[in-house]
Order: sequence, then C-alpha cells, then structure tokens
Amino acid sequence: MIFQNLDISHYIYLSTVLFSIGLFGVLFRRNAIVLLMCIELMLNAVNLLFTALSTYMGDADGQIFVFFIMVVAAAEAAVGLAILVMVYRNTRKTDVSFLDQLKG
Amino acid sequence: MSFIILLPLLGFLVSGIAGKYLPKQVVGIISTAAVALSFGFALHMFLEKAVLGEAVSQKWFTFLQVGGMQIDVAFTFDRLSGWMTLIITGIGSLIHLYSMGYMKEDEGYYKFFAYLNLFVFNMLLLVLGSNFVMLFFGWEGVGLCSYLLIGFWYKNLNYGKAARKAFVMNRIGDLGLLLGLFMIYKEFKSFDYSTVFNLIASGNTSSATLTAIALLLFVGAMGKSAQIPLYTWLPDAMAGPTPVSALIHAATMVTAGVYLVVRSQALYFQSALASDVIMWVGLATSLFAALIGLKQNDIKKVLAYSTVSQLGLMFVALGCGAYTAAMFHLTTHAFFKALLFLGSGSVIHGMHHEQDIRKMGGLKSKMPITYITFLIGTLAITGFPFLSGFFSKDEILLHAFAHNPFVWGLSLISASITGIYMFRMFFVTFHGTYRNSHYPMEKVHESPISMTLPLMILAVLSVFGGLLNLPHYFGHTLAGAFSEFLAPMYSFAEHNPEVSASTENLLLGAAVAVFIIAFVAMRHKYISKNNVPESDEEMTGLGKVLANKFYVDEIYDTAVVAPVEIAGTVTDGLVDDIAVKGIADGIGSTPAMMSRGLSKIQNGNIEYYLVYMVIAVSILLAINLF
Repeated sequence: MIFQNLDISHYIYLSTVLFSIGLFGVLFRRNAIVLLMCIELMLNAVNLLFTALSTYMGDADGQIFVFFIMVVAAAEAAVGLAILVMVYRNTRKTDVSFLDQLKG
Repeated sequence: MSFIILLPLLGFLVSGIAGKYLPKQVVGIISTAAVALSFGFALHMFLEKAVLGEAVSQKWFTFLQVGGMQIDVAFTFDRLSGWMTLIITGIGSLIHLYSMGYMKEDEGYYKFFAYLNLFVFNMLLLVLGSNFVMLFFGWEGVGLCSYLLIGFWYKNLNYGKAARKAFVMNRIGDLGLLLGLFMIYKEFKSFDYSTVFNLIASGNTSSATLTAIALLLFVGAMGKSAQIPLYTWLPDAMAGPTPVSALIHAATMVTAGVYLVVRSQALYFQSALASDVIMWVGLATSLFAALIGLKQNDIKKVLAYSTVSQLGLMFVALGCGAYTAAMFHLTTHAFFKALLFLGSGSVIHGMHHEQDIRKMGGLKSKMPITYITFLIGTLAITGFPFLSGFFSKDEILLHAFAHNPFVWGLSLISASITGIYMFRMFFVTFHGTYRNSHYPMEKVHESPISMTLPLMILAVLSVFGGLLNLPHYFGHTLAGAFSEFLAPMYSFAEHNPEVSASTENLLLGAAVAVFIIAFVAMRHKYISKNNVPESDEEMTGLGKVLANKFYVDEIYDTAVVAPVEIAGTVTDGLVDDIAVKGIADGIGSTPAMMSRGLSKIQNGNIEYYLVYMVIAVSILLAINLF
C-alpha cells in the first residue's frame, strides 16, 4: 500500500506547505472570498497534522480536536460569508483594502 | 470707638458704590461728614478718656487662630493713638472740605472721595490697632490708597508710573516691616503691643535680636516716611491731586513711620545702634532733600522735598530719643505743611493748573486769602519766632545739641536751607511781576470759600500749634504740656536735655539768626532785584545737579532698575522660554507625538492587521522555541 510507505514526516511537510500557502494567501490576496478560502486552507492543514499525528501516536485525542475545529470552521465560514454579502451589498466590492473605515 | 473707625469705611462704601448715581454735592457732603463725625467722636473720646489718662481697649473679634497664635482685631485708644486719630480725622475733614471745591470739575469726583475715605479708614486702623498685625493691615491699606490717589489721573501715563514707583518703593520698605514682624513673633510669641513691649522691658532679650528687629521695623518706616534711600517716590507722588498731597503725602501717611518708632520706643530705647542709624539716616535725608529743594521750580515739588526734609528732622529727634519732640514736630508739621499744600493747590487752581513758579509772580493782589495763609505757613515752617514750627523745630535742635553738637550743626544747616527755599518759592510766587504770557493775569482768581476756609483754620492752627509744648523758659505752668501728656506712653522717663540756660539762648539765637539771614537774602534776591529762577537750559554746575535731584533717579535706574530689567530679560529668555517652557511643553508633547505615531498603525486596513498578527505570532513562537 502506498500509504504504508508514507513516513510521518511527509504528512508534516504537506501540512506545512498547505499552511504556508494559506498564510501567504491571507497576507497577499485582497479578495475577501479568497481570504476566507485561505483561512479554511490553514485550518485544514492543521486538521491534517492533527489526524496524522493522532494515528502516529495511537491516541484519539487529536481526531476529536479535528471535529471541534471543523465545527468552528463551518461557523466561521458561515458568519464570514454573511458579513461578506453585506459588505458587497453596501460597497459593491469584495476588496478588503478598501474596508478601512475603522482606522484610528 | 467703633464709630470713629467705621464711619470713614461707611463713607467709602456709600460714595464708592452709590456715588456714581448721586449728585456731586451729595457725595462730597456724605464723605466729608463721615470724616468730620469721626473727628467728633474721636474728640469726645479724647477729652473723656485719654486726657484723664485712661486707655480704651476694644476687641472686636479674633481674626486668626492657628495653633498658639492668636491675632485679634483689637483697638486701643490711648494718648498716643488718640492724638494721631485727632490729627488724621481733624486735618482729614478739613481736606475733604477743601476737596469739594478743588475737585469740583473732575469727572472722577465720587471715586476721589471714596479713596479718601478709605484712606482715612486704613490710617485709623494703623494707629488705633493694638497689635502689629493691625498696624500692618493699615500700613498696607494706606499704601494702596496712596497708590490709587497718586495715579488718580490715570490717563496720564507719567502719573501712573509715579503711582507704581511709590507702590514698589513702599513694598521694599514693607518687606523690612514684615520681616521685623516675623522676628517679633519668633522672639515673643505674640503680636500684641503690650505683651511684646513688656517682654522687651523685662530685659531678657539679647540686644542683637532687639537691634535686628528695630532696624527691620525702621526699614519699613524708611519706605513709608520717605527716608534715604527710599525717598524718591514722595516727590513723584505729587502727580496726585493736591489735596491728596496735603493729606497723605504731608500730614498723615508719611508720618506713619514716625508713629511706628514712637509706638515701639521700648524697643528703640534698648538699642542704641538702631537709634544712631535712625538719627544719621534722618539727618542725611534732611540735608539732602533740603539741598534738592533749593532748585526745584515746581511749587509742589518744593513742598515735597521740604516734607522729606522735615520728616528727616523728625527721625533725627527719634534717633536722639526725643520722642515727644518728634511727635510735636509731626503735629505742627501736619498743620503747616497741610496748609502750604492746600495753599499751593489754591494757587494751582487759580492759575488753571500751572505749577511752575517761574510762570507765576505777583499773585498777592489777586489771591489775598491764599497769600496771607501761605505767608503764615511759610513763616511757621521756616521758624519765625513764636509760630508753631519755631517751637517744635527748636525742641528738636535742642535735643540734637544735647546729643551731639555736630548733629545740631547739620540740622541747623538743614533748617536754614528750609528757610532759603521756602522764601524763594514764596517770593517768586506771590511777589514780583506776573510772568505767564499764556494765561492773562485778569483770569487769575481767588478760590471759593470751601477751599479758603480750611486754609484759614489751618493757618490759625499753624500759628498757635506751638503753644502745645512751650519750652521751659515760659514757666512751669505753661510749658511742656505735650511732654507731660505723652509721658505715660513711654517705658522710661524722658528727661529734658541738660543744657545750661545761656547755651539754650545761644541755640535759639542761632536759629533765629539763620531765619533772618534766609529771609533777608531771599528778599533781596527776588524782591529788590526782582530775579527769576533761571530756566532749565541756563543752569550750570551745582545748580544743575541740584535741579536734577543729584541724579538719584538716574542712579537708581542704572544701578537697580536696569540690572533687574536685564536679569528679567535673561531669565525670560533662558529660564522661562527654554527651560520652563521646554520642560512643560515637552511633557505634554512627547506622549502626543508617540500616540500620533502609534495611531498610524491602526489604519483600519485588515491586511495590515493580519501582517501584524503573523509577525506577533512568529515572535511568540520564536520566544517559545528558543
């Protein structure tokens, strides 16, 4: 089985790469939808790491955490998208760099 | 007693608050009546109590109580303060009456009377208070009124400056007085006259302390009574209306220093050094001011320097321990100097505000009453035999001779100079030919009755004032009434100077001789030859120095005012602008700058926030890992 050949380090590399992609997306993209997707990507990278390490350690705690994270991520996505819809209705834009009315 | 003190205050309140809405006549009558009534009560009390030797003491309320210190608003009407009260309210009422005529045309009429009443009130506080703090209140109060009245015609900038000068000069003296009061409290734990003087008389205080207190109090007296080096404000104070010069700057306020010393005689009696200082300062002032008086051409300035000179003579008497002689001269001086000032006011009034004697002359036919009363005043001050000034001045000279013949010699010179400048002024003003081309002689007029009446009363007092304290060669029943009257006020027995009868006659002869010389010389110069004092440009040599008052004002300007101004500019630039402003502004502006910088971070843009978050998390991670 190809999965047997996979070392734990591969999982760690993959999730690190995924997390970094998400992080850079968050930092350098301006479209709010892409931003939300990137956050989702970072969360899932963490999930991947949790499950991989859970299996590797033979401990179910990590997988339980994943469920919690998925719940929170779903809620976050719902609220985030709702906000985004309202922003779009008001400004006709999804570009976050224009949303600076809260500046000090 | 409350009536004596409170009536002038009431007069001040009424004329000060309601005076604006009342007709001038009413304001004048109310104020004059307030002081005159006060005089009536004072006279009554004086005859009822003080003459019989009773002192009336009243405590109104406690002004301040801190720890063991208690300061009462309390008054004592004894022979000394009672006598002063009579002079103040008596001459005060005459001058109020005079002012009703003199200030008739002035727009600040009600204000003038309010200030005058306030002055009388403060002066009464000063003399009647029974502790040093009450004296200090009155002292400052009369200083304030003096300032207000000198600068009464405040629209003239120079008059305002003269007022300021008087105030500042007095402040210097007041500082000495205040320090003296502090020392008194430190030493005796009380401000009360009787407590303090009893403790001094008990002799448990070190003489160095007593001398220090005595000298500090004398510094206060120097300021108020215009002695060297603080005398320059008094001649400038002539900027005020003439009745003010007569009341405040001749008859009453400037004698406050004399009163202070007489009141504290227990102190000065124990300090020979302080007494000597007083005597020499008084002597120097007397001579110096008399010399300057020789060349002044402003009728009021001559009188002002004469006042300074006479005050100097009083201090000579105080320094010699002749307190009665000083009080006696204070009294007669109050009569004839008030008379002379009011007379000069009458001249100024008749000449329509001309004060330069070179522009007068021959006024005797136009102003007969002023002429005669002024003549009496001049004769009294110069020591014409058997007028008031003759007796009081000779008493001082006699004491001075017994103390130190050299002091007597200098005092006599000062007295003879008094004769010279007074007759010079008198002859130039009233005799000779009229010299003012701008103001025709036909328009010169005698003053109204409200102005001439006080002149006549004061003239009578100037003639007979000397009877108060006749020398002993008038026999024991008549002589020395005033000495006997004041004797219980002293902590020691004042003795007559031990001078043989022949010496005394010689001294008397010398005094009369200098009077005659002065009279004849001036008569020759200004009547027979009809000379006129030279104009400012023609003056040369010593005369010019004298006319410019020995350049004392200029010296003070250079030595004191200019350095202070420079120091002020420097501290303004360095300390205030750079140090104080820098620190104070810096404390405010640094956080403002920092917050301005930080508020740029919070720009509302979500992208930046994300970057900050990532950076912060990275730092935290780094800290945790390494």
